[in-house]
Amino acid sequence: MSLFDHGVAKLHTLLKEGEVTVTDLVKESFDRIEATDDKIGAFLTLNEDAFEQAKRMDELAKTSEDPLFGMPIGVKDNIVTKGMRTTCASTFLENFVPAHDATVVERLHDAGAVTIGKLNMDEFAMGSSNENSAFKPVRNPWDPTRVPGGSSGGSAASVAAGQVLFSLGSDTGGSIRQPAAYCGVVGMKPTYGLVSRFGLVAFASSLDQIGPLTRTVEDNAYLLNTIAGHCDMDSTSAEVEVPDYTAALNQDLTGMKFALPEEFMAEGVAPGVREQIEKAIETLKSLGATIETVSIPSVKYALSAYYLLASSEASSNLARFDGIRYGRRAEADTLDEVFTYSREQGFGDEVKRRIMLGTYALSSGYYDAFYKKAQQVRTLMKQDFAKVFEEYDAIVGPTAPTTAFKLGEQLDDPLTMYANDIMTIPVNLVGIPAISVPAGLSEGLPVGLQIIGNYFDESTLYRVAHAFEQANGGFKMPQL
Amino acid sequence: MNFETIIGIEVHAELSTKSKIWCGCSRTYGAETNTQTCPICLGHPGVLPKLNEEAVNLAIKAAMALNCEIATDTKFDRKNYFYPDTPKAYQISQFDKPIGSNGHVDVEVDGEMKRFRIERVHLEEDAGKMNHTGEKHSVVDFNRTGSPLIEIVSEADMRSPKDAVAYLERLKEVLSFAGVSDVKMEEGSLRCDCNISVRPFGQEKFGTKTELKNLNSFSNVLKALDFEETRHRKLLLSGGVMRQETLRYDEAAKKTILMRVKEGAADYRYFPEPDLVRLEIDEAWKERIRATIPEMPAARRERYMSQYGLSAYDAKALTSTREFSDFFEATTAAGAEPKAAANWLMGEVLGHLNKSNETVETMKLTPEALAELIRLIAEGTISSKIAKRVFTAMMEEGAEPKAYVEANGLAQISDENLLRGYILELFEAHPQMIEDFKNGKDRAKGFIIGQIMKQTKGMANPALLDGLFHEEIAKR
Repeated sequence: MSLFDHGVAKLHTLLKEGEVTVTDLVKESFDRIEATDDKIGAFLTLNEDAFEQAKRMDELAKTSEDPLFGMPIGVKDNIVTKGMRTTCASTFLENFVPAHDATVVERLHDAGAVTIGKLNMDEFAMGSSNENSAFKPVRNPWDPTRVPGGSSGGSAASVAAGQVLFSLGSDTGGSIRQPAAYCGVVGMKPTYGLVSRFGLVAFASSLDQIGPLTRTVEDNAYLLNTIAGHCDMDSTSAEVEVPDYTAALNQDLTGMKFALPEEFMAEGVAPGVREQIEKAIETLKSLGATIETVSIPSVKYALSAYYLLASSEASSNLARFDGIRYGRRAEADTLDEVFTYSREQGFGDEVKRRIMLGTYALSSGYYDAFYKKAQQVRTLMKQDFAKVFEEYDAIVGPTAPTTAFKLGEQLDDPLTMYANDIMTIPVNLVGIPAISVPAGLSEGLPVGLQIIGNYFDESTLYRVAHAFEQANGGFKMPQL
Repeated sequence: MNFETIIGIEVHAELSTKSKIWCGCSRTYGAETNTQTCPICLGHPGVLPKLNEEAVNLAIKAAMALNCEIATDTKFDRKNYFYPDTPKAYQISQFDKPIGSNGHVDVEVDGEMKRFRIERVHLEEDAGKMNHTGEKHSVVDFNRTGSPLIEIVSEADMRSPKDAVAYLERLKEVLSFAGVSDVKMEEGSLRCDCNISVRPFGQEKFGTKTELKNLNSFSNVLKALDFEETRHRKLLLSGGVMRQETLRYDEAAKKTILMRVKEGAADYRYFPEPDLVRLEIDEAWKERIRATIPEMPAARRERYMSQYGLSAYDAKALTSTREFSDFFEATTAAGAEPKAAANWLMGEVLGHLNKSNETVETMKLTPEALAELIRLIAEGTISSKIAKRVFTAMMEEGAEPKAYVEANGLAQISDENLLRGYILELFEAHPQMIEDFKNGKDRAKGFIIGQIMKQTKGMANPALLDGLFHEEIAKR
């Protein structure tokens, strides 16, 4: 039994009644990390001030209004935290301590959440297995010989292992949803522009979004309530009214229409995954929804378009890591050598691979064939998805084609690794929201159901995910 | 063989905004090294740019003042390159959709009106400053990083170094009058790079160009281009082949020095800046900016000549700066006779400013006060000699001329009866003087007027006194 089994709403009541203290919650986190993180490897940095903060907050707990007050949270290590090391799991930033907080971190602090520490990830969020961390891989709490997914592997694994109540991840091509699916937790990639990117170390600026990973759909809605909303420091942040996402819960699905793209159930989907998704579809039907198979032909170009666009932006975004002002600086005789050696020593193979790919795609003479063409694909996909949403409330399907694979299994085969994201990438290219919710186990490993919604329609996703979660049984803690 | 010189110019002008283009850092010139910085302009991980709207306003204004078409749908792009003065390793600039395009300026060069076309005006951010302090290392000052700049690219329309300087002078004047930049070359808020090539007359194809960088004054622009022009011609005449080079001008050696040979175009891998949204400049926005553009100096000069009857020389001197020209106009608007106002401004006011640390903006003199001073002289209340004393008090203490004249008893005695009385008294006392004057001795008049000046402590209105003397003597 863990305190975190209660979830946000119940814990908030217990805090107000004095049954539980903030210190209890922080202790729960640290004890669990102490007991399990040797095996999991989710944390890169722990907040040394957490108990101090908890003690100061204990007396305020009874009068706290915010549901997140006192709740222990883990933050992916590409989200900057003032005074707390932020490495992006890269040698380059091994000792980098930011001078400011990300907007999301500021909002969490204002709400009273306690940052427990910084979570392991694929270096600069590039990867689907968390094996690209420069420091250590994260292991799947369901089977430590397997990967937790990536790039927010630490964010998903820490929630699944009960180390924190919830966490923040970032999703550029599936980096919240795929690890959420592999680890059996709930992960939301919000609409592009709903959550501020100020303070998120950019991988691909036009695709990146921060989002919550939680045990339950309800907790997910609470966390998104806090971090969503316009931010003046982010020009791409949308000026939209943010509803109370918890209001969308506890509704049935009668009369709702979902689309199941045949491209998401094509060959390549593992039989065990297909079986769980088919069961999930039956469950959704039993809840009153209608489900029809549709075709979204442009998604077959998604992977190629994504790797060109994301790498192009990354090649520029990561150029600031030059060894001049902060981070890794190589000893060298000339300026060009400072640049070259600092980057050579500071970046891992996958990061270098993508920088080279992106640099090539943006080069004069290739721009039209690669970057520009990929943008055209993106426009086409937006049109295709808009058509689907004219008729359907949401799109459903698997989050990933397989369950968690073994460490090392795909490391030498980047293309197979990239294919893990085939169902999540279209969502980022189009800019719409999607949630991954646990949909049972296949051979003892979690499968995720992905629900994709229209722009700023996170409420519908929570409504569907919550109904499904209630019918399906909800979060299960792996035996560690 | 006769040659034709072709010159094109790129100008960078810093816009006069209070803060930088992507963050709130102030941008005072000469501040201590790296004190005007923050995580945003230092390109720390996770930061995002936030566009300073005033920078856009000023860029639109500059483009309009240079007769450009203003883009309706525009955007920013990243120009990628590694250099320590560029913390993000890309400059946010504008690639294919500049704010302004197809502009021009008309300038008279050696009595001939010439039109120099402007290809584009775009908005971008400035880099920091590298200081090469020692042999082993250099240091970077990021105070300037992220200052808003406009780049003004001319067509290759200039045919001589003189053309080039005339173009630059006009550009400087327009930017200054429009109030978009303080255009100080010595502080780097105006910088120019010149491309020059030479070809035989009649040849259509351009010759190989060289680029002159970091020219820090118009006189150096002239000298450097003159030097290059001669160098190109000599080389071509001797059968040599020009290389595409980047050079700087060495003032002491009076020649251009090779910085690097250009091999092909650099690849900056431009792509649309994903951290900023597209910029739509609608008609209402354009109109709002258009309404703030003041009359340009060339038009003012025309008007000063036709409306006020001033000489071309005076008109030019009065439009040397926007502030000076505005002051002149405010003075005439306050009722001063234009020629008198022009004389005071170009004479006493400039003379005073040259001796002090003050400027037209900071000086205590107001247009209203100057107009009043001019009126007091015209009305005969004070003499021109006294006026200079009053003017000094106005400049130094901000004195109000009328009040000052009264308080210090500086008004002339223009009371006809009183002055006539003095004359008649002296005629009585010295009848000989009347005779002397009639016999052609002018000294007699000098004696009488001198006596009255003595009695009035010099305050008698000399013109009036002179008239009265002649009136009275005629009666004798």
